[in-house]
Amino acid sequence: MVIAFELALTCYFISTILGVLELVKGSKATSRGMTVFAILGFTLHTLSIVMRFIQGGHMPVANLHEAASLFAWSVVIIFFIIEIKYRVGLLGAFIMPMAFILMLSSSILPREINPLSPVLQNYWLWIHTLLAFTGDAAFAVACGTGVMYLIQEHFVKAKKLGGLFHRLPSLRVLDEVNYRLITIGFPLLTLAIISGAVWAEGVWGTFWRWDPKEVWSLITWFFYALIIHLRITAGWHGKRSAIMSVAGFVAVLFTFFGVSILLKSMHEFK
Amino acid sequence: MSILVVGLNHKTADVDVREKIAFAADEIPAGLSTLKSITGVNEAVILSTCNRVEIYLSGAGSDKISTGVKDYFSALRNIEREKLEAALYMRGDYDGVRHIFRVASSLDSMVLGEPQILGQLKSAFDLALKNSSSGIILNKLMKKAISVAKRVRTETKVAENAVSIGYAAVELAKKIFGELADKVSMLLGAGEMAELAAKHLTGFGVKEVIVANRTYERGCALAEEFSGRAIEFAEFKHEMTKADIVICSTGAPSYVLNKSDMEKIMKDRKKRSVFIIDISVPRNIDPAVNDIDNVYLYDIDDLQGVVDTNLHERQKEALKAEEIVKEEVEVFFKWMQSLDAVPTIVALRKTAEDIRDEELTKLFNKLDGLGEKEKKSIELMASAIVNKLIHPPTVALKSDDEDRDILIAAVRRLYGINGDMK
Repeated sequence: MVIAFELALTCYFISTILGVLELVKGSKATSRGMTVFAILGFTLHTLSIVMRFIQGGHMPVANLHEAASLFAWSVVIIFFIIEIKYRVGLLGAFIMPMAFILMLSSSILPREINPLSPVLQNYWLWIHTLLAFTGDAAFAVACGTGVMYLIQEHFVKAKKLGGLFHRLPSLRVLDEVNYRLITIGFPLLTLAIISGAVWAEGVWGTFWRWDPKEVWSLITWFFYALIIHLRITAGWHGKRSAIMSVAGFVAVLFTFFGVSILLKSMHEFK
Repeated sequence: MSILVVGLNHKTADVDVREKIAFAADEIPAGLSTLKSITGVNEAVILSTCNRVEIYLSGAGSDKISTGVKDYFSALRNIEREKLEAALYMRGDYDGVRHIFRVASSLDSMVLGEPQILGQLKSAFDLALKNSSSGIILNKLMKKAISVAKRVRTETKVAENAVSIGYAAVELAKKIFGELADKVSMLLGAGEMAELAAKHLTGFGVKEVIVANRTYERGCALAEEFSGRAIEFAEFKHEMTKADIVICSTGAPSYVLNKSDMEKIMKDRKKRSVFIIDISVPRNIDPAVNDIDNVYLYDIDDLQGVVDTNLHERQKEALKAEEIVKEEVEVFFKWMQSLDAVPTIVALRKTAEDIRDEELTKLFNKLDGLGEKEKKSIELMASAIVNKLIHPPTVALKSDDEDRDILIAAVRRLYGINGDMK
């Protein structure tokens, strides 16, 4: 089990290195290698999660180690989906480092298997977890495309049209995929919050208790709502939207890690 | 057997010489047969483009051939011998093959890496094939040249990125907008440069062209050319809310569009991106416009800068291409050497003798109790058969006949003698 996790981490690391090389040199071999190691890493990663699931007897989201690992896993799967659908050149070079860092943080967090209170173990666990993680992962990949947009936009604005300019996708594609991901992530987050509330009502008898996790989720929710709102009403797209998507992901990360580590929360994976 | 390139190009001859020498397509068949009638010439290919006229020949005795070709040119084109000699270059064998590979790979082109030359070389080769003026050597050489060119294109970036202002503008537009099919472009002023840039853009399929010119009639004429729509010049700021790509060259002495105009336009078009190309000198659009979000303003110097960078990149890549050419010339000459008669004769003999020895060993193993004398007789008979069988091909290979190259290649293939080029 541990070995699968460790190997996945290594694959993500190699994939990251190849991704960075691709950014710098732009050879096809590194790009292919990056994909191969990403797929290999993902397979091993899936295996490690399944094994942890069997060992613990419940969905492995009972502590921050497990949650960060699942987060990384979700980011990779969303990346694969976007890659298959849109073929955004160089996206992997921005997403795989993200997956690697999430995985690395997971690897240094305490790994013991925590028992999960039986009252929490029902289908709401599945619904809430899947919604929240895929939503967060969509925001992560959106952040990646946002960063790519900002780099490419800088090249065009500053008239520095070197090799990377030629290899990065067009501003339009980056902006479209960025927004697409936000419009995927946002309903998922919405449903995650609602399902969390319903679940909480079932377990603790109240829908909403202004727990820090709840508060920060709501702040994140408002932020992404604002991005969508400004785009529709005030034409905030392109650079502004890209910056907002990066900022939004910072909020996601704080809700995910910051609240768990810094604030006292009732939420699992503290 | 040698290869000879005789030609002139944009570096050695001015256009007035080039156009005199150049072949029209229908002149080439006659040209090819005249060239083949020159003493020593076995095969000929004529490549004639606006930047170069080159004749590729294979045959024996380069000196004789080159004089013959010069005579041919001065007679055909009625051009002073001196002028002709100054423009012509001759490249034999190794240098000749290298030259052809470089031409095919567009390393010798006026615009480094331009793609047309390969197509032109292919048609030149086709014409030679049709007129059966190309044979075993030039066929191999032309095919190899085409494959070298393809290798250069896939393995280096010598043909990548725009090296003209028009293409640089299109490339940028694509990096900003992705597809251009749903984009509207606007011509501000109807200068020649603007027209040219607009041609490029419409060539890449913009949805609509709007023309705003100070003289409305001239604007209408231009709009018709692009099946676009002409508007009054005074209206252009208003119409700019619809335009995604604006090409400006009005010849006005000062800015026709400043930052606050553009800010208003951007507000009206809900901040959708705009790509503005200001090719007027002096500039017509306030450079500060570029500071507005989602507005990308390029002036003529900016575009020239892009072109220069790209050209510089191509030059760097050309060094890699030269290495590939060098490598491939070696490969080609290995094949040429294999066409030499002597090694082929030796190899043929060896093949025959190997068969003889193998069969003799088998036979002697089967027949026990043969005396030394009998053995000797059998060996002698076997050798006699071998010698008699390979004598006529050996004589033919040693001859100086015109078709010797074909025979050599045929023998190598028939007897499976390796060393052939892939």
